[in-house]
Amino acid sequence: MNVKLLYFASFRDKAGRDEESRVLPEGSRVRDAWAALASEVPDFAAFPAMPPAAVNLEYAAPDRLLRDGDELAFLPPVAGG
Amino acid sequence: MYLTRDPIDAAALVSRARACDGGVCVFVGVVRDHNEGRATTGIEYEAYGPMAEAEIRRLVNGLAERWPQVRVEILHRVGRLAIGDASVAVVATAPHRAEAFAACREAIDRLKTTVPIWKKEFYRDGTSDWVDPTRMHAAPRER
Repeated sequence: MNVKLLYFASFRDKAGRDEESRVLPEGSRVRDAWAALASEVPDFAAFPAMPPAAVNLEYAAPDRLLRDGDELAFLPPVAGG
Repeated sequence: MYLTRDPIDAAALVSRARACDGGVCVFVGVVRDHNEGRATTGIEYEAYGPMAEAEIRRLVNGLAERWPQVRVEILHRVGRLAIGDASVAVVATAPHRAEAFAACREAIDRLKTTVPIWKKEFYRDGTSDWVDPTRMHAAPRER
């Protein structure tokens, strides 16, 4: 299946891209997508824990099952206001 | 729409919110000329636009459930802001001041922790950095 991955702010700087289409095995969960990214981007691998994630514009738990066409984003610490 | 690239007109927001009167509580966040001991020249706000809109809508709906008589308006600016520019405005109106203050406070506090908006600070020495209130992913700070 294909998911659309978005990168923002410091995560975009670390990953060197702002979005990509990524093929993941069927049955992948949010945490599996993070593990795949962390294996590619050393800065991500250094994080003590998985950052908050959003699927289709809503916060999603690490064990959320991903589906074909989902929009997934891992979110740097927010700093609005 | 809760996000804007244009300057925030807090007075216009107040007149829009004043459907029910009694108390109007206004919070306006303004870009500082310093942060944590460093002189700043401006801030770039970036949002995950569609999610930030949805998250602020959820926040406003949650406040309406908790305080049915309170009406809350929120406007957050994105893009490059200069010192003194308003970055966010929250207007809460209610029949009585207690609810207006409480809802205004809750709105800005929750916005700061849940809405996917980020800011990059520009420093007078020419450097810049993403602000990380949690320090979770911060690189060791150079002194």
